[in-house]
Amino acid sequence: MKNALTVTELTGAIKHFLESGFDTVWVTGEISNLRRPASGHVYSTLKDEGSQIRVVAFKSTAGRIGFDLEDGMKIVCRGRLNVYPARGEYQLIIDAAEPKGLGALQMAFEQLKERLDEEGLFDPSHKKDIPFLPGKIGIVTSPSGAAIRDILNITGRRFSSVDILIAPAAVQGTEAPMEICDAIADLNSIGVDVIIVTRGGGSLEDLFCFNDERVARAIYSSDTPVISAVGHEIDFTIADFVADLRAPTPSAAAELVVPDRRDLIEISRRLKSRLINARDVFLRGLENRLGFVVKSLRDPRGRISDLRIGLDDHYLRLSGGMRRILEMRANNLSPASRMLMRLTPGTIICDLRRRVEGTTNDLNARTRLYMDNLKGMLHRDISILDNLSPLSVLKRGFGIVRLPDRTIVRDVAVLAVDDSVDVKVSSGSFKARVTTILQEQKNGREKI
Amino acid sequence: MAEKKFEKALEKLEEIVKKMEEGNMSLDESLKAFEEGIKLSHFCTDKLDEADRKVNLLLREKGKLNVSAFDENDDGKPENVA
Repeated sequence: MKNALTVTELTGAIKHFLESGFDTVWVTGEISNLRRPASGHVYSTLKDEGSQIRVVAFKSTAGRIGFDLEDGMKIVCRGRLNVYPARGEYQLIIDAAEPKGLGALQMAFEQLKERLDEEGLFDPSHKKDIPFLPGKIGIVTSPSGAAIRDILNITGRRFSSVDILIAPAAVQGTEAPMEICDAIADLNSIGVDVIIVTRGGGSLEDLFCFNDERVARAIYSSDTPVISAVGHEIDFTIADFVADLRAPTPSAAAELVVPDRRDLIEISRRLKSRLINARDVFLRGLENRLGFVVKSLRDPRGRISDLRIGLDDHYLRLSGGMRRILEMRANNLSPASRMLMRLTPGTIICDLRRRVEGTTNDLNARTRLYMDNLKGMLHRDISILDNLSPLSVLKRGFGIVRLPDRTIVRDVAVLAVDDSVDVKVSSGSFKARVTTILQEQKNGREKI
Repeated sequence: MAEKKFEKALEKLEEIVKKMEEGNMSLDESLKAFEEGIKLSHFCTDKLDEADRKVNLLLREKGKLNVSAFDENDDGKPENVA
């Protein structure tokens, strides 16, 4: 009693004992009660007919083991024992697991896959293009299998003129990998456009020859593009990873490897009609452009009529506007105009004109009268004047004697004998010569 | 290898059609392209003419490769579906 341990002490001792005694153990059993909380760690129970043990796979481990743990799955796992003092429980913390039975093959597969991947055999840049329409297809498979039937059927239906060359190979068993490698090499040396390596579905063990490293390398080094078509859709083989194209089934490979002739006919037909259409559109475009250019050439005339119409329009608008303005002004004007009419000097002017006319007539009459008087007086004066004129004296028989210098001879003293004189009488004149000068007391004239 | 030409011809035809549909060509170029396109189109159509295929077996005998006919119809079904 004195030496009693506390629970913690005891648990601590158990923990130390168990954890150091089972720090690496391999256990096999069946998974049950599997739980995945949000933490991502996986909790379950591993059991067999007689016992069970708690198992924990931490998130990092669960992601690493390559497959999902499931209830009912039989596994082989490796781990260490752990004691959880708070609950007094122990459990196995696993760090590796594989499904029991398939485990070894699967492991080998994963290892090979990883190695070849690192080596670059799956590198997409190494993958060759599959010809669009191969002339001859090489097929590596068993000539008696279902795969070759499917492929012949489907390729024949899709494009019946594509030749097929079958390179027979066992597709299961220990001889299979070498035969597949030889067949690939043979097809390469005889020459085909594309190779399909195929077999129908089978168990993982059946498909194993397609996980063979030699087959992988034969596919990788094939100069001809290789399509792998192995097994069921869900099964991936190493061959699938190396191949230039992976088809899930032989039928799918057949559909991938040859186009459907009817599709191609349709494509060709469509391209041809697009070609013709494009040409027509192109030519129509040119025609339209030409038409447009030609129209542009005629443009001035069109422009003139446009301008003419525009001008008409402007004229109409202008005259309309003008009329409106005039009407408006006229409306403003008419009262003033009526007032002005009342004040017009027209009547005054008429009166004045009449008075001017009257006065003018009067003035004319008086002028005529006055002129007549003057004329009468003038006539009288003329007749008086007439009587007084030397001419009338001449008419009475007198003459006027002038020297050549036109001076009138009033005194004989100015004369000398033989002087020429002009004598004017009433009806004319004549020249005379002085012959004798007779002096008188009185002034007088003598002429001969 | 002639079949490789089919794809090339189809691609070329497609290219020509696209170019022509874009319409950035001179009249001369366009007519030339059209002519070439029609030729390619006929080439493709000819290639699509049906012909009977050969199905053969490749066998290695004494280190030599031999090609022999493969009995395609031993399931009794002829292959001609139009």
